[in-house]
Amino acid sequence: MAGRGRIFALLALVAVLATACGGGGQASGASADLSEAKIGFLFVGPRDDFGYNQAAFAGSEAVAAAFPDHEVLTQENVPETQEAERVMEDMIEKGAGIIFATSFGHLGPAVEVAKRHPEVIVLHQGGLEPEPMDNFGTYFGTVYEPVYEAGIAAGAASQTGKLGFVAAFPIAQTLANVNAFHLGARSVNPDVTTTVVFTSSWCDPAIQAEAAQSLLDQDIDVLTQHQDCTKTIVETAEAAGAFSVGYHADASALAPGGWLVGSVWDWGDLYVDIVQTALDGSFVGSPYDGDFRVGLRTGDNPFVLTELGPGVSAETAALIDAAAERFRAGGSPFDGPVADQQGAVRVPEGESPSYQVIEQMDYLAEGVIGEIPG
Amino acid sequence: MLEAVLVGAVRGGTSILYAALGETISERAGVINLGVEGCMLVGALGAYATAVSTGSLALGLVVAVTGGMALAAVHAFVVLERHANQLAAGLGVWLLGLGLTSLLGQSYVGRGVDGFANVPVPGLHRLPFVGPVLFDHDLLTYASFLAAPVVWWLLFRTRTGLALRAAGERDEVLHAYGRSPKRLRYLAVLSCGGLAGLGGAQLATALAQNWSENMTVGRGFVAVGLVIFAAWDPRRAVAGAYLFSGAVALNLQLQARGAGISPFLLTALPYLLVIGVLALFARRRVHAVPEGLRKVFESGAVS
Repeated sequence: MAGRGRIFALLALVAVLATACGGGGQASGASADLSEAKIGFLFVGPRDDFGYNQAAFAGSEAVAAAFPDHEVLTQENVPETQEAERVMEDMIEKGAGIIFATSFGHLGPAVEVAKRHPEVIVLHQGGLEPEPMDNFGTYFGTVYEPVYEAGIAAGAASQTGKLGFVAAFPIAQTLANVNAFHLGARSVNPDVTTTVVFTSSWCDPAIQAEAAQSLLDQDIDVLTQHQDCTKTIVETAEAAGAFSVGYHADASALAPGGWLVGSVWDWGDLYVDIVQTALDGSFVGSPYDGDFRVGLRTGDNPFVLTELGPGVSAETAALIDAAAERFRAGGSPFDGPVADQQGAVRVPEGESPSYQVIEQMDYLAEGVIGEIPG
Repeated sequence: MLEAVLVGAVRGGTSILYAALGETISERAGVINLGVEGCMLVGALGAYATAVSTGSLALGLVVAVTGGMALAAVHAFVVLERHANQLAAGLGVWLLGLGLTSLLGQSYVGRGVDGFANVPVPGLHRLPFVGPVLFDHDLLTYASFLAAPVVWWLLFRTRTGLALRAAGERDEVLHAYGRSPKRLRYLAVLSCGGLAGLGGAQLATALAQNWSENMTVGRGFVAVGLVIFAAWDPRRAVAGAYLFSGAVALNLQLQARGAGISPFLLTALPYLLVIGVLALFARRRVHAVPEGLRKVFESGAVS
């Protein structure tokens, strides 16, 4: 009797203490106190992959420099599985109040974490939010704008009229990139073809080398890619005397003869602005509390074109500038009419699709050679 | 297209071939080394980092072989001295290799290296069809052409090879002759590590001329499977390695030609092929297993 009573008292004491401590309340993202909050970043790969993750990491360093009072937590090599949830929970436990999940496949886990923690603001890079949430938002740059411009350079430079694209997975962003590249090339050479090969890996240098070689075997003389690590393909193209168009990283030093142009991420300003908005308490209802896409028509695209290489003529440079102007004025690389490989019209004449529509692209444009895995 | 596929088969299969030859030696002596993947990674980073830092590819090869042997030594110690379960130890060694190379390789990702360039054999490389397939590759690939027959000769025509095979079949015989099975197994496992390191070096400094984390993506494990496919015969390991990498090359060539086949299916093809052949020839393989290996699955300990 005495023993059981003591346990009861102990339990009651613990319960009282728990309610006292935990009574802080779960505020929504806007009114949570973020003055001491840490800022967490998740990357799917290593910080020095010379590509996607390196750019995101550089963005996180910009945030650390801009907000010295808020510790920045980073975790690399976070797989696109439930493991990402664990990593985010870990960061929240350490005091993170704002979290950036930077890889496409982190979307599911990020949404779950956001639902469980209404007081934490979760940002996802590249996805679309499944439902409106006060403490969750996605952001991305319109990658296909500089890719279209790069396509112009490729189409003008190609001697054989055949371009090659080494892709990883057939996600909407990749398909949009392939189509943008092809349509840009087509605007200078209506007979150009773009052959796309899917490697099923974001970075496997051996497969990349084989894929690039197999494309070069087909008389293709311009190679581009949507991969996380970009060096191998650029070097393989250079060794074969073909032109290269870069992605994610400026690899011009690797291809002094064949580098046409590339596109790189410059996340710093965007990340800093998002964090500032959150810290000011004005996240809810801001453009970042939703699917934020910034492109040339709405502001400064964080995905920018590198300097033009020696193989790009002045006329081509002028065409690229004209395209950029068109986008700033509200146009899109996918201005209609755009037809798919079967000839069906996907974007009617006169229409300019929204970012939402483009990021759900599920077809390859007419003139692209390749299969989307069903 | 057949020529392009065969060229890709030889080019991509060299690294797997080296690893398979190493694993054959090890399994013939009665030790399964699942850490071959880790040894390949160590070899790849070792060769690449050395070449980047010192500019010497030869030194890179030395570092690769030594590094592979060092990691394999860990496996040998744990299995032969401490009698750990071979499969578990091998996986541990793999993860150790993966972790170490990912950590140490961070600053080498994406750096340039002047790797092994293709060296066309004068005259022969112009032969139609056979020329590009056999005579226009890098030095390590040419060396691999010799490696398979040399390994076969060492295993089946020398006394050390005989003793090594005896260690894998029935080590009581060795005790009767006064030879130490343990020393032979050490030799076998270290050779496995060295050859796997060489395979990794070819991958990083000749084929891809790049380094990234987990660069081998399972090639070491494919090599382990191929050893069974080859019925523990080094000569058939050549066929297995080229079959696998040929399927990989076929996948990419078909995509590049616009064949209407799902890329996911094509990516799975090499693995399906190896599984299929293993299934077809299973019965014959069962008899070819070195007897000593059965002990690995029964009690997990080997002396």
